[in-house]
Amino acid sequence: MRAKTSLSLIAATALTLSASVALAFQPSGKIDCLAPSDPGGGWDFTCRSVGRVLEQQDMVPASVQTTNMAGAGGGVAFAHTVSKRKNDEQLIVAASTATTTRLAQKQFPGMNADMVKWAAALGADYGIIAVGKDSPYSTLDELIAALKENPGSVSFAGGSALGGWDHLKVLQVAKAADIDNLRKIKYLSYNNGGEAITQVMGGHVAAFTGDVSESMGFIQSGDLKVLAVLSDERLPGELADLPTAKEQGINTVAPNWRGFYVPSGVSDDVYGWWVKTLDQVYETDAWKQIMTQNGLMPFHKSGQEFTDYVHQQVDDIHSLSQEIGLVK
Amino acid sequence: MDTLNYLMQGFGVALTPMNLLLALIGCFLGTLIGALPGLGPANGVAILIPLAFTLGLPPESALIMLTAVYSGAMYGGRISSILLNIPGDEPAMMTCLDGYPMAQQGKAAEALAISAVASFIGSLVACIGLILLAPALAKFALTFGPADYFALFVLAFATLGGITGKNPMKTLLAAALGLMMSTIGIDISTGNQRYTFDILELYEGIDFIIAIVGLFAISELLFFIERRISDGDETIKVNKLKIKWKEILAIIPTSLRGGVVGFVAGVLPGAGASLGSFLSYTIEKRMLGSKNRFGEGDPKGVAAPESGNNGAANGALVPMLTLGIPGSGTTAVLLAMLVSLNITPGPLMFQQHAEIVWGVIAALLVGNFLLLLLNIPMVGIFVKLLSVPPKYLMPIVTLVAIVGIYSISHSAFDLYFMIFFGVLGYILRKIEIPLVPVILGLLLGPEMEKNLRHAMMLSDGDWAVLWSSWLSIAIWAIAIIGLITPYIVGPMLRRRMRVKTADEVTED
Repeated sequence: MRAKTSLSLIAATALTLSASVALAFQPSGKIDCLAPSDPGGGWDFTCRSVGRVLEQQDMVPASVQTTNMAGAGGGVAFAHTVSKRKNDEQLIVAASTATTTRLAQKQFPGMNADMVKWAAALGADYGIIAVGKDSPYSTLDELIAALKENPGSVSFAGGSALGGWDHLKVLQVAKAADIDNLRKIKYLSYNNGGEAITQVMGGHVAAFTGDVSESMGFIQSGDLKVLAVLSDERLPGELADLPTAKEQGINTVAPNWRGFYVPSGVSDDVYGWWVKTLDQVYETDAWKQIMTQNGLMPFHKSGQEFTDYVHQQVDDIHSLSQEIGLVK
Repeated sequence: MDTLNYLMQGFGVALTPMNLLLALIGCFLGTLIGALPGLGPANGVAILIPLAFTLGLPPESALIMLTAVYSGAMYGGRISSILLNIPGDEPAMMTCLDGYPMAQQGKAAEALAISAVASFIGSLVACIGLILLAPALAKFALTFGPADYFALFVLAFATLGGITGKNPMKTLLAAALGLMMSTIGIDISTGNQRYTFDILELYEGIDFIIAIVGLFAISELLFFIERRISDGDETIKVNKLKIKWKEILAIIPTSLRGGVVGFVAGVLPGAGASLGSFLSYTIEKRMLGSKNRFGEGDPKGVAAPESGNNGAANGALVPMLTLGIPGSGTTAVLLAMLVSLNITPGPLMFQQHAEIVWGVIAALLVGNFLLLLLNIPMVGIFVKLLSVPPKYLMPIVTLVAIVGIYSISHSAFDLYFMIFFGVLGYILRKIEIPLVPVILGLLLGPEMEKNLRHAMMLSDGDWAVLWSSWLSIAIWAIAIIGLITPYIVGPMLRRRMRVKTADEVTED
């Protein structure tokens, strides 16, 4: 009986092997997850939480080690992957919209989105446009009307640098509302979303642009009034009260996705294995729980679909950045 | 009375044997991490987060352990400042100024004991502030607009002359050097790169920790090598602790003031512990007037920055707990930790997670007492370090610093950069340009620039905005007084001192 089972197992394995040579790759030993930020940053979180799921679900043979490599907003890690780890099959690198933004604006000198393989995005944090509770604006329309009259009349505070993702959200909304002279719109850059929120709450800056998760506490306490969520549909749960920009006639969707790329030198086998494995991570309950805990919304793209999405995003951001004179 | 009630509940959480043990472990590890140059509190906490996770601790226990590490690191930072003239972290920089001279005079044990007491008092003052005023202070922090922040940073630079005042031009030069270096990296107001020459590692500016370890630790090594060649071995006398109650009582007023100044600096997001210890030192120097011997090993010069930085460390928890804004690098790491424990700090934190907030506050108080108890007996052990011949000690310290820096970024570039800073520090010290203003320029420059440009952007380029609120006017007034007084009072003092030293010289 036992002999028979093992025999049929061997036969089955042999069959699978010959049938799908493409997925023959299996990692051995430890996996390295490169977080292009300091401990505590968003990419660090992506690596550590996905690493934990991979280990817990036995999707990898050994441990997943997170290595922090901060610098140039992910540029140091990108360069490291492109040049020194080109053929490393056991390496994944955390990425997000911040990565595509910098690629689009040529902030990683001599490097572009084709130099790595984009594996998967496993969730997103959606953008919001909000004002303080005592603000004269109570709808997105009113804010846009003011901007149309004078693009310099409303100042925005956000947690990214000028031309960064938080700034781009404002520009995307303004562009969708046919406001010309995007360069006139005032954007004030802070070290993080929280700092920007206090300036809005203190009445020093008119509006806040950021992500849902970082402003959750202030939305719940009523200190921030959300004029628009930049998502396709209304968000789940208690956030369902917040209006989307779309339903107010502004067709802007701004998901800040979190995902991974792998080195370009790996074979299709290896790339396929990573895509498949990350797809599996997305389906687990453990990951779903991590997503809810951290304010991540459903957003899943992988393989070719994700690669196309990344390239599209890079092109969009590039043209928008050109419009405000950030890149030539 | 609600507050007291909550606090008692908090003690209930913090004083369980398990949490008490974790706090003790945290305090010990923190002190150790703080003492190692290159590994500041932020990295210490970051390194220990995985430990908290692997132990599978409940949120309040994890947070209690990490806040203990945080306060421990603030205590520990001073050890290498005093013994080796190498700050363990940024805020401990000011402690070098008087702590190291004290050690050179054979009073290392006293300096360590005084700094432990001052840290304790500063921390206690700030803890009380945190308990009584947290929600109100969060509102106060909101009133600071870009113009007010700018005025605050100007105030910091205006009082710079107070620290190394022998040659104001050299101080100014050093600060300018620091400010210039702070412009390296992405200009957040235009998105352009400045002075980066397509070197990716420079895109986010210069990491303070690299600059500090380079300027202080590596240059100290170079000085040591030079002294070895010319003078042979030099040893600092190791002494037994023989501090009198009178000496401790003498630093209490200084420590109380330092705690308050530090706490206020800590509450403001972005200002942080370095500003706290710096302002506390310079203000204390002003307050004491002609009575001080700051810079020559004055115990009060050790007490002021130490109470200031511990006060600021606790003050920084105010914006973190009430607004979810990290006031410093370390609180940023603690914040990330909270988020991954499914707690989003923010305006509702005190209502939604009262047990955690008050547990942490109680843990801070408990940790503070533990640290004092832990540190006084440990003085003897730390001082023993000095009896290790410098020819062994210095290479070990350098090695630890290099490993520390490398473990943060895994980048060899940072190591070259650190060595570059070491050589720069050596040259600057040779031509008697003080190092502290360089670091301050580097540390405060980006914030100062950001706030100036934000103010200008909001006002469409009208400079009058910089003194348009009562808050900014008040800060400007203090800054101007701080800038002018040394030139009026200074010469008077110096004349008097010259008479006095002339007397002493003739007596000799």
